[in-house]
Amino acid sequence: MGRLGLFLVILIGPVPALAAGSAGPDQARPVADSFEAVDSPNDAGGVIELSWAMSPGSKLVDSMLVTRSKAGGPENVLSVVSPVSTSYRDTTVANGVRYSYALVPMLDGRRLAEVGPVAASASAQWIHSGRSGMLIITVILAAFILYFIRHGRKGGELYIRQIAGLSAVDDAVGRATEMGRPVLYIPGIMDMDNIQTIASTVILGRVAARTAEYGTPLMVPVSKSVVLSVAQEVVKEAYLEAGRPDAFQKDSISYLTDDQFGYAAGVDGIIVREKPAAIFLLGAFYAESLILAETGRSVGAIQIAGTAMPSQLPFFIAACDYTLIGEELFAASAYLSREPKLLGSLKGQDVAKLFFMVVIVLGVIASTVGQAWDPASEIAAFIRNLTHVE
Amino acid sequence: MRLYVPLGITFIAGIIMILEFFVPHDPFPTLGGHVKDWYTIVASSAIFLGILNLLRVHLKKINLRSRNWQYSPVTIIGFLGMFGTGVAFGFTEGPFFFMFNEFVVPMGATMFSLLAFFVASAAFRAFRASNWRASLLLASAFLVMLGRVPIGDLIWRLIPGAAESAHPNLVTEIGEWIMRVPNMGGQRAILIGAAMGVVATSLRMIFGIERSYLGGTD
Repeated sequence: MGRLGLFLVILIGPVPALAAGSAGPDQARPVADSFEAVDSPNDAGGVIELSWAMSPGSKLVDSMLVTRSKAGGPENVLSVVSPVSTSYRDTTVANGVRYSYALVPMLDGRRLAEVGPVAASASAQWIHSGRSGMLIITVILAAFILYFIRHGRKGGELYIRQIAGLSAVDDAVGRATEMGRPVLYIPGIMDMDNIQTIASTVILGRVAARTAEYGTPLMVPVSKSVVLSVAQEVVKEAYLEAGRPDAFQKDSISYLTDDQFGYAAGVDGIIVREKPAAIFLLGAFYAESLILAETGRSVGAIQIAGTAMPSQLPFFIAACDYTLIGEELFAASAYLSREPKLLGSLKGQDVAKLFFMVVIVLGVIASTVGQAWDPASEIAAFIRNLTHVE
Repeated sequence: MRLYVPLGITFIAGIIMILEFFVPHDPFPTLGGHVKDWYTIVASSAIFLGILNLLRVHLKKINLRSRNWQYSPVTIIGFLGMFGTGVAFGFTEGPFFFMFNEFVVPMGATMFSLLAFFVASAAFRAFRASNWRASLLLASAFLVMLGRVPIGDLIWRLIPGAAESAHPNLVTEIGEWIMRVPNMGGQRAILIGAAMGVVATSLRMIFGIERSYLGGTD
């Protein structure tokens, strides 16, 4: 009986499928399923995202119409999409209005049974959900910084560890003065919208103050016009403050070229011809970093480099006398000026770093323990979500 | 006035960019877009300052017959030649296109190629086993380099039983492990530190605590 039943199932089973396959298109199974319409997340509204999955074994159609209608309104064809498409973004909706969407498969110019309708409305979000962790981190960091700035202003003691590269700035300028050779300052190859270039121009002001004080020529070749304007202004102000406006030479800050290797060639030429006694390579660098640093080394210059580009740091470490690694570049201004409010911000940054180091260690422990204990796994997932930024 | 106007612009632009990052709701994306557009406009306009500076510096050198002035006519002729042919014949074809492809690109490639020699000389200095840390660097660099070429595993397989062991490509595996674990860990530490430095520096500038980039330190 069992074998007979199995035989009948095998025999009869395919019959409905065959029947469906031979039926007209309107009776065919839906071309797509899991059709849904959702408000596009983390945007200013005005976008509804449609998605669907192709039904396995469904009839292959020529194309699909995406239609939209408002409550009580006419149906509009939004787009004709390929039969293998699985998503569509409607960017022509108004916020707060509910729209109904349907998918209409087309075969030989005929409309098959539509999929849907599904409805959704668009809205704007006030907080980017994928960046809320970053927001919390920024608030914590800002809180530490503001607290220690306040602490510094009140005259509280702020210990900042010694940074060899920054302590050597005076020595480097002094050496150039003794040797009667110029100081060369290279602020990287990026524009003023790069924070490393901004940090570099801040340090340039401090270095220019020293060269003005010691009467040492300063050369600043730049590769971006905006950096040229800013560098000229910063150096000019530094010379004015040092009481040496007469020693300021506008043309010592010169524009070479925007081209990366053209700039490297130009700076190499300056290094070989002028033989500076001190070279500062501070800012954002790419492949030209080692070309510049090795050429500087070949003329016997004392070199202080600094960048936040991890891929270029090994080159600077190999070729330069001192290297500011990552955050040290951003700490330079506070370190060199010794202004309490700037030192306070540096201290706040360090304390915040300690806080985040503790969070990272906790995350590692929770993730490891979480392999065997679920609550720890949930803590690890929470920390992971907190630090994930879209 | 000279101080507070730039500080005010920095504060407003900085706050808009922060809000644009965290708040997708209008008007912040629109305002953020405007700020970026303004930067593009300012940067594009500033290119003329760069050109004027370039011409002034080199014409002055020629005029005063300063040291190494002979290079200046080359720069000026090169600049005017490229600029003039670009304006006269277009930038995507003709003499400008020819000169760009046949002069500028090969010269850039030549400068880039110098990197190989500089890497060799820098590596020679950096990899001297002068102390235990330098020795560690030397050993890890040696393993990574050996792991990048087929001969590394071939040498390993010369050891009896190594080819049939569970790790016939041990040198490659060690090289990849060094890159993936200690190297990646170090890079991430630098990146996290730098990112915090970026945030702190930005906050200092937005709130006017750091002002020296405006010229002067007050």
